[in-house]
Amino acid sequence: MFGLKGDWSLEVKDRYFTLQDYCGAEPRWCTGCGDHGILAAVHRVCRDSQIRPEKTVAVSGIGCSSRLPHYMNTYGFHGLHGRALPVACGIKSRRPDLDVWVATGDGDCFSIGAAHWIHAMRYNMDLTLLVFDNGIYGLTKKQTSPTTPMDVPTNTHPSGALLPPLNPLTVTLGVTNISFVAQIVDWNAVLRHEVIKKAHEHKGTSFVRIIQRCPVYVEAIGKRLQNEPARLKLLTHEKGIQLDDGVKNMFPNRAEHDPSDLAAARALAQDEEVLPLGILYHNPDAPRYETMSSVGLEMSVDEKLAGMNEALDHFAI
Amino acid sequence: MSNQRISGDTKYLFKRDRTWWVKLSVPRPLRGVLGYDLRRSLHTQDIEAARRARWEAIEEFRAKIEKLRAEQSGEVAEAPAATVSDPDRTRPAKDGIRRVDQHIVEIVSDSGEGAQKCGQILGLVSGKMGNGVWTVEIIPAEIQPPARERQGASGIRVRMGSKKITNMGNEADMVVAFNEQVLYSRIDNGAYRKGTIVLLESMWAEDPDERIRKQYQEALADFHAQGLIVHELPIQKECLKLVNDPRRGKNMFVLGMLCRIYHRDTDKAKIEIAKTFKKKGDKVIKINHDLFDAGYAFARDNLDYEFEIPAAEKDRLKSAVVINGNTAAGLGVMAAGIELVSMYPITPATSASHYLAEDFHLTGGFVHQAEDEIAAIGFAIGASYAGKTACTITSGPGMALKTEMIGLAVMAEIPLVIIDVQRGSPSTGLPTKVEQGDLLASLYGAPGDSPKIVIAAATISECFHFVVMARKLAESFRTPVILLTDANLATGVQPIERPDVSEEWFAAPLDQSAWDENVAPYDWDEATGLSDRPIPGMRGGEYILTGLAHNRHSKIAYDSASNQEGMNMRSRKLTTLAATMKPPEVHGDPTGDLLIVGWGSTLGAIEEAVDLARLQGKKVSTLHLRFLSPLEPGLKKIFSGFKKVMTIEINYSDDPDAPMINKENRRISQLALMLRAHTLIDIDCWSKVPGHPLQPGAIGRVIDARLAEIEGASSCSA
Repeated sequence: MFGLKGDWSLEVKDRYFTLQDYCGAEPRWCTGCGDHGILAAVHRVCRDSQIRPEKTVAVSGIGCSSRLPHYMNTYGFHGLHGRALPVACGIKSRRPDLDVWVATGDGDCFSIGAAHWIHAMRYNMDLTLLVFDNGIYGLTKKQTSPTTPMDVPTNTHPSGALLPPLNPLTVTLGVTNISFVAQIVDWNAVLRHEVIKKAHEHKGTSFVRIIQRCPVYVEAIGKRLQNEPARLKLLTHEKGIQLDDGVKNMFPNRAEHDPSDLAAARALAQDEEVLPLGILYHNPDAPRYETMSSVGLEMSVDEKLAGMNEALDHFAI
Repeated sequence: MSNQRISGDTKYLFKRDRTWWVKLSVPRPLRGVLGYDLRRSLHTQDIEAARRARWEAIEEFRAKIEKLRAEQSGEVAEAPAATVSDPDRTRPAKDGIRRVDQHIVEIVSDSGEGAQKCGQILGLVSGKMGNGVWTVEIIPAEIQPPARERQGASGIRVRMGSKKITNMGNEADMVVAFNEQVLYSRIDNGAYRKGTIVLLESMWAEDPDERIRKQYQEALADFHAQGLIVHELPIQKECLKLVNDPRRGKNMFVLGMLCRIYHRDTDKAKIEIAKTFKKKGDKVIKINHDLFDAGYAFARDNLDYEFEIPAAEKDRLKSAVVINGNTAAGLGVMAAGIELVSMYPITPATSASHYLAEDFHLTGGFVHQAEDEIAAIGFAIGASYAGKTACTITSGPGMALKTEMIGLAVMAEIPLVIIDVQRGSPSTGLPTKVEQGDLLASLYGAPGDSPKIVIAAATISECFHFVVMARKLAESFRTPVILLTDANLATGVQPIERPDVSEEWFAAPLDQSAWDENVAPYDWDEATGLSDRPIPGMRGGEYILTGLAHNRHSKIAYDSASNQEGMNMRSRKLTTLAATMKPPEVHGDPTGDLLIVGWGSTLGAIEEAVDLARLQGKKVSTLHLRFLSPLEPGLKKIFSGFKKVMTIEINYSDDPDAPMINKENRRISQLALMLRAHTLIDIDCWSKVPGHPLQPGAIGRVIDARLAEIEGASSCSA
């Protein structure tokens, strides 16, 4: 209820935001697309944390995933293919006061934007990075992506991909200075919400790979996982996400995993047969680049003028 | 022109606009200084009067030529420098010290021997003493090319003068060479003339390798034959008295020598040496000071050369700073109130960021070294979008990689300052050398129509001030601004007027006030194309920026009307800017025979050549453009005042005499192409890609050749 806190005390804010305050244009994703659920989770997390819409920026690249900013009622930046991360990092660099979300996909992030993916993870700026991984290029109509399974025919590889799919988790977990790595499936609303909430709360780059269904081009990928729950492994731990037993029971395959244990996270990620779900790695103390890139923000005009003259003095006769 | 033929004796005479003129050809070796010919008006329309009056002028011309010839042949020790502006100013001063208006000295070595550092300090000290200075670095592309190879020559040219110096000049007056092979590389470049003084390291004469001894002796004989005045100096031997490995340190010995020869302020030199080695500690500073002193004493005791270059430049400048173009750009970034430079290392742009990494904190700024060129501009665009107009600094190949992002900044109207320090291209090209090859790519490099502001700095001072202007333009016109500089400006050191930095140059503080929800994020003004932009944090201004075609509300709009409107509005901004500009000023008379149009770093060399030609009575003027997009107004009218208009540029054009080339199929230089399209005037061009800055002597020869053509055409039509 509005303003009423858990201890029955009342906190009156000048503004209170409802889900509607974060909703932008009507989503144009296909019926049955996993993106709808992810968007709903983002809206909910925004509402729950009451972040101010004018202080929120959703940044994206190109692809189905990257339409997300248009469906937010915040600031947004729908840029170039593969280049969401440099833009998002640039925004954060001198505006650490802004809450920055990044929506990207398997082609956008793992292929054309791969260099930025690696380096953004290392910069570890405070971004919530959602990778919508449907294992296919959807917007350009069914071309092989780095994560397309070999047995899925595409328009560029009608007999299936030539190489085994890239494992985004092992790559991410191999980068220096990572601070948050998680994996979810789009079709479990509770898990989805809890992990995205944790990702948003985390101070640093929160990498969330979302295995997302594309019913139009590669329905088989999602169906297969939904039909074989044994291929999914839910990670539980007191330092991880907390789920009701009812939700846990949806995952017959579960494991205790301490998210501060990087070696264990890498071992879990290495397993190509079973996909770990939940938080693989979490280090709240990794250095964040924006704390360095935003130095001097508070300088006054007089200080800057004095600094400018000092700089010129270095070259004076 | 009269079409009446003149019969009888017209030797040395020619007619221009009914008035008789006298002219005398200059012998080829002296043309670098005097131009193609000497000429002046006889102020008469009467042929008989002209015939009588010509002899006095011819005698005067001959005296001038003889005087210069004497100065240049052998007697250089007596009269070492012939200045371009006024050869008479070279005269012996008392006590064997010769006073000169200007002198050009080069230091050439193998890579890693510190010739550049030596010359940079010489340039800095000269600038700080109040002399005019220009330096040009001679840089091999490899970090450690093989020793004693022509291609590996590394070094620097320092042109010192009494007054303002704006370019590298013609042939050097003096050169210090650490070996004879690197000297050849400069000889191949036409860097010297008969009489250039060569101070040559003599250690190679006693090298254990017979092949090297032989090379050295052969070269020595060759240098003498070419008319160079060679002095063999035991520099290595002298340095060995102080250090074990003179490969490091020899440069400071040479600096000491040159400071003696040119009467440079030794205290100032020692301060610069200490600055150079401050990170290496006092011991290293001491050794280098000792080497400097030893070089100074050696020159005093062993060399008869002493030159005085009176410091008159300090009288012109109220208060000077001595900087190169990249440092100027870095300081400009700070003075513009830009808080973020996002870059990726690329020669010759990187040193601007090196400088900023040292001092940017003084104005609260940060240098981001991105993972690649695309990320560098993406990062800057992100900051700009969030209200902190940023800057990215790169060179040609980096511009190529950034093209898609520049298009996005144009499309989504994101203010951004892009500095392109041009080098030789295409592809990796000539990384360390100058070219003006990015003009068309800057204007038209993006897919579709991508109107943006493109400006070019012509001086080191402009490298500073144009960054301040660029940020203002970027924000006022909500667009990326490309500022073109080049490798010549980047490393050229010059004293410039110290900028009087004003608070108004800084970016306005971040505006976070509420946005009127009824105002669209692209509320284009029909008349100007301009609109205000909401900045994240402004309540009520929330919008989704997109690189897709969009309408005023920043909503994706693929319909014809929206696309046409967006294109119109983005283009209209340039028209709006052009409407605020004045026509550029012609240097020289506003009408005449020949107008030379230039842009960028060639300003100094072109104006020096034009000034000399005008002294010789030639009707040539020059115009230098700073705005390339939009172009400055009034060009067609200015051009119509000249018989011929041509551009001079450092980029490629087909040689008109090359096989199969004719007027129709000739590929012309970049500005000429633009100006022809813009004015429909038959604009000619002369452009070369020599990998070094254009020299006034070469430009003077072009002027003479073109004037001769004009004259020829006139007499044909007569």
